[in-house]
Amino acid sequence: MHSASSATAAATERQGLARRRFVNLLLGTGLLASAASFLYPILRYLVPPKLPDLGSDAVLAAKVSEMKPNTAKTFRFGSRPGLLVETAPGEYHAMSATCTHLGCTVQYRSDLHEIWCACHNGMYDLNGRNVSGPPPRPLEVFDVQVRGEDIFVRRRQEA
Amino acid sequence: MASMASSVRSWLDERFHLEDLKALAQKKTVPLHRYSYWYFLGGMTLFLFGVQVITGVLLLLYYRPGADEAFESVQLIMTQVQFGWLIRSIHSWSANLLVFMAFAHLFSVLFLKSYRKPRELTWVSGVFLLFLMLGFGFSGYLLPWNTLSYFATKVGTEIPAQIPIVGRPILLFLRGGEEITGSTLTRMFGLHIAILPAIATFLIVLHLGMIQWFGMSVPPGIEADWGATPNRRREIRFFPNFVLRELMAWYVALGLLGALAALFPWTLGVKADLFAPAPAGIKPEWYFLFMFQTLKLIPAKILGLDGEVLGIIAFGLVGAIALLLPFLDRGNSSSSRRWVAGMACLFLGYMVAMTVYGWVAK
Repeated sequence: MHSASSATAAATERQGLARRRFVNLLLGTGLLASAASFLYPILRYLVPPKLPDLGSDAVLAAKVSEMKPNTAKTFRFGSRPGLLVETAPGEYHAMSATCTHLGCTVQYRSDLHEIWCACHNGMYDLNGRNVSGPPPRPLEVFDVQVRGEDIFVRRRQEA
Repeated sequence: MASMASSVRSWLDERFHLEDLKALAQKKTVPLHRYSYWYFLGGMTLFLFGVQVITGVLLLLYYRPGADEAFESVQLIMTQVQFGWLIRSIHSWSANLLVFMAFAHLFSVLFLKSYRKPRELTWVSGVFLLFLMLGFGFSGYLLPWNTLSYFATKVGTEIPAQIPIVGRPILLFLRGGEEITGSTLTRMFGLHIAILPAIATFLIVLHLGMIQWFGMSVPPGIEADWGATPNRRREIRFFPNFVLRELMAWYVALGLLGALAALFPWTLGVKADLFAPAPAGIKPEWYFLFMFQTLKLIPAKILGLDGEVLGIIAFGLVGAIALLLPFLDRGNSSSSRRWVAGMACLFLGYMVAMTVYGWVAK
């Protein structure tokens, strides 16, 4: 302060302005920081929590008795649908029922022996390979295990 | 950058005449005297209402109404959603402070006699808003669907049912049936997030519009003093002086809310069990406590009449008097002024005493 009192009036004013700028900067930074601290929890809150996928990696898809050759059944695999197909020779195929194109649920066409998505006419074969139409990727294929009367479907372990 | 901002402003000004608005804002003033602090309470109530709207909308992202899902969804908010506990605790704390502020605002306006001509309807809309806030508190209380909220709603809906003739239809309307069930929850949810907010928005706009229209009231004593010696009149500009002070208060309030929510997060309780007995020592929220305690103390029969009904009628009467106060107190004499202040003091004392009594009573 004593140096300011000895300075000229213009210098005092300049210093006053600098001090004002400094105080404004301090205030502004404080306000910005607190605004950020108010907004941050809200933004984090908007992100939905990751819930554990319902069910484990293996689900009971169907009973042997309810399946017939050349038919299919949609079952719950976690929170998404899966498709279990019994071919005419009596083999089981299981795969994700979510079309890789835009996420519709696919169905088994017993007349074509193929898997069909009604939304945009996508076609998959029984191994889930995309054979025609818009789907960009094959369907995820699951392993099938028959234990007695129960047909279990499990996600393929990555090697 | 600056030229772009000014060209946008002139574009808008050309169409909406913003300069008029600016002139209006610059003309608005707030009287400055020793009671000026009380002018902040209304704004504070408004701010807390804003906090309720924002946190309420956020809670809607995860809350699910329904007897099977409500408790679980609140549990999800409290345990799984990031900062969900904070949002819900702020909603609960802010609700309580909002009711407190609304009461404080009402009594300050009452003691400063701001309800007198020409501001009668501003007062009436304000009292309606207070009732509405109590309705928000009551309807929101059931939403977590825990034991406390279940019994509070049970008792709370039973009270109007005591009124002769119209009581039962009111109970059925509030509960959506004979008992508190999922249907009650749906009703309270709809009330809490749609109907009450719609009415509140309308009333707040009306309330603020009238305050803008009439300007700030000056208490009679100060007004007389200023009339006698005009050079004592002091005013500050609403914009930016008063607004900045109010913003500062809001900022502090927000910090306080955050601290309260972090240090004393709201509990979730136990999921409502419709067949479990009421837990011992069950009490309503503090702002209903004075009525609750009164109804507990009233004898079953007074002069052959049902004590409960008399109590409810008495509170209804107090509500009606509060609503119509500007029309009941039309005298401008100092004796009528003292009379109203005395009655208000008496009732305020009664409220505080009964609340404390209800708080400590087993």
